[in-house]
Amino acid sequence: MSTPQPPMPQAAAPDWQAAASGSPYPSYTSPIPVVRTHLGHAISSEWTKIRSVRSTVWTLGVFLLLVVGIGLLVAALVAANQGEESLSGQNPLSFGVFGLLLGSMCIITLGVLTTASEYGTGMIRTTMTACPSRARVLAAKAIVFFAVAFTVTFASVLLVAVADVAMLKGARSPSGGEWLKGTFGISLYIALLGLLSLLVGSIIRHSAGAITIMIGLVLAPLVIALFMFSSALEKVRQALFDYSIPNQLSAFYTNTLSRTGPTGWDPVWIALGVTAVAFAGAVALLQKRDV
Amino acid sequence: MIEAVGLTKRYGDKTAVYNLSFQVRPGAVTGFLGPNGSGKSTTMRMILGLDNPTAGQVTIGGYPYPKLPNAPRQVGALLDAKAVHGGRSARSHLLCLAQLSGIPARRVDEVLGVVGLQEVARKRSKGFSLGMGQRLGIAAALLGDPQVLLFDEPVNGLDPEGILWVRNLMKALAAEGRTVFVSSHLMSEMALTADHLIVIGRGQLLADMSVTDFISANSADFARVRTPDTEPQLREKLTSALTEAGGHVLPEQDGALRITGLPLPRISDIAHDADVRLWELSPHQASLEEAYMRMTQGAVDYRSTIDQKSGLMQPLPPGAQPPMPVPGQGQPDWYAPPSPQEGGQPFAMPQGQPGPYGAGQPPAGPYGAPGAGQPNPYAQPAPAAPQAPAAPPAPPAPAAPADLTKPEDAR
Repeated sequence: MSTPQPPMPQAAAPDWQAAASGSPYPSYTSPIPVVRTHLGHAISSEWTKIRSVRSTVWTLGVFLLLVVGIGLLVAALVAANQGEESLSGQNPLSFGVFGLLLGSMCIITLGVLTTASEYGTGMIRTTMTACPSRARVLAAKAIVFFAVAFTVTFASVLLVAVADVAMLKGARSPSGGEWLKGTFGISLYIALLGLLSLLVGSIIRHSAGAITIMIGLVLAPLVIALFMFSSALEKVRQALFDYSIPNQLSAFYTNTLSRTGPTGWDPVWIALGVTAVAFAGAVALLQKRDV
Repeated sequence: MIEAVGLTKRYGDKTAVYNLSFQVRPGAVTGFLGPNGSGKSTTMRMILGLDNPTAGQVTIGGYPYPKLPNAPRQVGALLDAKAVHGGRSARSHLLCLAQLSGIPARRVDEVLGVVGLQEVARKRSKGFSLGMGQRLGIAAALLGDPQVLLFDEPVNGLDPEGILWVRNLMKALAAEGRTVFVSSHLMSEMALTADHLIVIGRGQLLADMSVTDFISANSADFARVRTPDTEPQLREKLTSALTEAGGHVLPEQDGALRITGLPLPRISDIAHDADVRLWELSPHQASLEEAYMRMTQGAVDYRSTIDQKSGLMQPLPPGAQPPMPVPGQGQPDWYAPPSPQEGGQPFAMPQGQPGPYGAGQPPAGPYGAPGAGQPNPYAQPAPAAPQAPAAPPAPPAPAAPADLTKPEDAR
């Protein structure tokens, strides 16, 4: 493989004069120009990282399969079984929610892996040595992951939405606002959910633990609400149900204000607030803890 | 230049590193030695700003690591060869590090060539052997062409050719005026590579001196004298003559004498005057390994013991001899022969002599230099294993002198 010859011939002409003054010790100056690093460098590095591991391909591949596959399957089934009037007044985009609910697990997994896998493999020590600004690393990870998650979600949701509208002739045609909420809005929400997972991964530092917490967050409120039979707990039960993530997802497809719980763009604001708090917490912990 | 001042790190109530002060100067390879769990890796992590010190500080070129302008261009480190995402190819791994510190991508292929990994550059590092992982880690350390290099156990798992390469690499890097700080457990390697040594034990500084000083300060150089086997009375005669002349004589098991405190020509003269013929008169100098073992003996946390297999052994048939234990196994003081004298003078650190880097305060604490007149705690032959084996049917291993035949072979 290698030979015991003097290494790095390209470094053979160090600039001896540069740092020799003032110090009693010899000094070495690299011929490679030193640049001032900024967030852009960290972002390009994180982009290289996220596209050079197979877990990205796998999680996003399964996500596409679930969202597009189930979305089209549901649309086809509904289209085949619809009666004359059964779909009238329905928003055709809403049939995409089933695939998206399952697919969100993939985004959660990818988000957690983006940070927690570095702790699992020890890569984080290499990364933090190469970039001592810990907040910059986390910010770059968040930006790159959010961009990837949003783009993939938006593309697949848009595809399913177009197919739904084309296949379900009986349903009403959605308004511009509904289109925006049902594609752009829900993609934003899913990407924020993934970003929250990324931050939880950074806080927990353990892939399996963080994924479990996030899946619990998605499913637990609904499951807990199902078992609250007592009428004394009726209010808690309703709140749990209203703010459970599956219910928040469905809010992107309804226009009615009569229902309780979040409506309109509320879920996005809620997710944004929670994610911002998690981000601040993750940065504070990152600065305080040893890597 | 790496400079640590009063560096202390506590994890809960366990103190990993305590009040460590040292300097690592450019232009030399500085070895960093210590038993397992002595705080070497913790110190290295603190140098790199990965762990925050509980007290004290460590600077590189005058700055704490996180404050260094473009730190990866000034400091390169191999901390752990497995600190790599196994699913990423060697090239992608180096590329993302290069992008993070603004190094042109061309440099990635260069360092892959330097460490000899071009052919597997696009393979996932999960499948790499330990040696290939080390090469990848060294490539990452060299990536920024930095002025300060830290290597934690760089030769772990390398083939002999790789070890030779790393040895030459360290020397070449230091010769270019860089600061090279290397931890290793391979004493023979350190003796060949390092110019200077920093030794810690249980998180405290034991020694900060050049390799030659370290060996002469921590080992007993002695002369071995052999008189004709046929005439035991000559041996008695020489022993008393040498003792009279101020030498310290310790008989070895095979009949030779181990003599300290007298130069070789003087021993020859005394033998001549006493009319004793000599079959052997040879000088013996200890290796770095022996010197290290002697110094760190009291600071070893994880010590091996004899595998007794108690309760698992078949009862010996009557009349059968139990097997002799293999020499050296589980005998903690094997490397450190009992002192040939009680005073411990040959083990004393050079007193009052400032270290070559100014930081030469003699290491204090229980492992430090024994003061004048104070017996060296390691000079006495240590009793056998700390937990004396109760069960083994084996006869006690041949007592201390048996150990003396070994150490100089360890070089």
